[in-house]
Amino acid sequence: MWVDLAVIGVKLVFGLVVLLTTVPIMVWVERRGSALIQDRLGPNRVGPFGLFQPVIDVVKLLTKEIITPAGVKPLLYILAPVIAIVVALSTFIAIPIGKDTGLEVFGHAVHGLIVAPDLNIGLLYIFAISSLAVYSVLLAGWSSDNKYALLGGIRASAQAISYELAMTISIVGVLMSAGSLHLQQIVDAQGGVWMGVLPHWNIFPQFIGAITFIVAVFAETNRLPFDLPEADSELVAGYHTEYSSIRFAAFYMSEYLHMTVASALITVLFLGGWNLPWIDMPFDGWPGALLSMAVFATKVAMLLWFFVWVRWTLPRFRYDQLMALGWKVMIPLAVLNFLWVGVAMALGYM
Amino acid sequence: MDAVAVPYTWVLALSAVLFAIGTMGVLLRRNGIAIFLSLEIMLNSANLAFAAFAFRFASGHATAAAALDGQVFIFFVIAVAAAEAAVGLALFILLQRRKGSIDVDRANILRW
Amino acid sequence: MISIVFLVAAAIAVIFAVLTVVPRNPTTNLLSLVVMFFAMAAIFAILGMDFLAAIQIIVYSGAILVLFLFVIMLLNIRRVEAFGSGRAIQALLGTLVAAGIGGIVLVIAGLLRPVAGGVLPGVVNTGTAIPIGRALLSSHLFAFEFITLLLVAAIVGAFYLGKREEE
Repeated sequence: MWVDLAVIGVKLVFGLVVLLTTVPIMVWVERRGSALIQDRLGPNRVGPFGLFQPVIDVVKLLTKEIITPAGVKPLLYILAPVIAIVVALSTFIAIPIGKDTGLEVFGHAVHGLIVAPDLNIGLLYIFAISSLAVYSVLLAGWSSDNKYALLGGIRASAQAISYELAMTISIVGVLMSAGSLHLQQIVDAQGGVWMGVLPHWNIFPQFIGAITFIVAVFAETNRLPFDLPEADSELVAGYHTEYSSIRFAAFYMSEYLHMTVASALITVLFLGGWNLPWIDMPFDGWPGALLSMAVFATKVAMLLWFFVWVRWTLPRFRYDQLMALGWKVMIPLAVLNFLWVGVAMALGYM
Repeated sequence: MDAVAVPYTWVLALSAVLFAIGTMGVLLRRNGIAIFLSLEIMLNSANLAFAAFAFRFASGHATAAAALDGQVFIFFVIAVAAAEAAVGLALFILLQRRKGSIDVDRANILRW
Repeated sequence: MISIVFLVAAAIAVIFAVLTVVPRNPTTNLLSLVVMFFAMAAIFAILGMDFLAAIQIIVYSGAILVLFLFVIMLLNIRRVEAFGSGRAIQALLGTLVAAGIGGIVLVIAGLLRPVAGGVLPGVVNTGTAIPIGRALLSSHLFAFEFITLLLVAAIVGAFYLGKREEE
């Protein structure tokens, strides 16, 4: 039993380290990528190609003065960024980052490259934990004793709970075609070829569901075009207006962590996880595990770039347009996808 | 997986304690929202009682259907609690608008 | 070992339930209730009901209590009573009623035979999504459809009750 716990501990530490390392990388990608899209240079002074810019940013954020406004409610004010980070970091334990090639370490089986291999309700657990992210936004907005923060908080949480519905309904098609809530099995069901031509990734048969899910995930992570809650030109800084220094760094980090987890989730559910496009994973043991991790990392990296790309290309939605889109367009489309998958499964196409 | 070493009577006892706490909250608080929260505690304790019995019956082939019935019932209780919360909060909003306060001691006079 | 985890979860549930009931400002009560629901989800998971644990967090903590928090924030509900401001006879009677109800259930629980239930090897695990889904759509189909109707009625009712009157 202790060896099992040690294996889980090592996987957990590895996952946390990788997840926390993507944050500075994403900060750099965001700033250089936005510069590329906007036809300017971006940070290029601090290191080669500005690679040390995130480090300098962190130092700046940590050495700023921590200003706590006078009228805040102390417990809630401190709790909000804590909830944001904890929620963002807790979801990755159910996401498989590579193939379960029967690896063994000192004679004990490493049950697949997933921190919690026995969690039968994997996907439901992820939705449960990410539905708690609403609390951090709401509590931050309300405890800040600032009308812009309150407006931003209310808008952000209304947006989050509206798009949560579209998000959950759009993955029901994936669950139906895979027959399980366990993400490892959802990825396993996406190997090989579909209809002889396309890879069997869920994005091809269920493209409506995929598009709905990706849009809903953009809304859940408060990324443009859905970032009205933290719109700089409209709400000062939205729900994190009154947070300074390390507390703001916590919110900033939690946004990138949510983005990374969301990209990993899109990869697992719709882009075939660690499956190569048409062929099955050719190797077993350690080479197979490493290759599958590399494939997974490539797909997640492409999706993270997609997040940055969309942010600097599209304008922002107005609040009423956003809510109308969520309730009147996304939910019917998701239900349509659900019907389509049911019909296709009954007719034998999936 | 081995049998889980929790006697189901402990779970029932916990359900009793939580129900008592919830009842005290409903009877002793004047804030409408707090009464509602205590009501949710009571509903949860009822769910726990169902869970205790479903757990007790989950270990035999013949009685596994009863375990499933218990869990389905918990599911329905959660759904009903959601519906009740929505309508109840709408009523509280109306109370706040009419009386100006959510204090239930102020809502003790009928219209005529 | 599972018993220790259960006892910890039970202790957390009781402590935070008491914190919910004690008169403090409404947001503190609500957050204590969120923690209590977490402890309840943990207890469901210990008893082998994974699906219900996830549903408890998604529906109760993640939706119903967010609704409560919205109402508290939008109506700016403050603390209405201070601790110990009620009448003594009310507190006494309330405690007696609660103790009575709780006591009856405790006595019944003590009289039952303490069988350590659970999932023995070879028995189908009934706590995951597939058996519950099958049961909902086969033997409990009428109740399932009726709950759908109930939820629609609740949505329409809440909307109608919350509408501002035309001046």
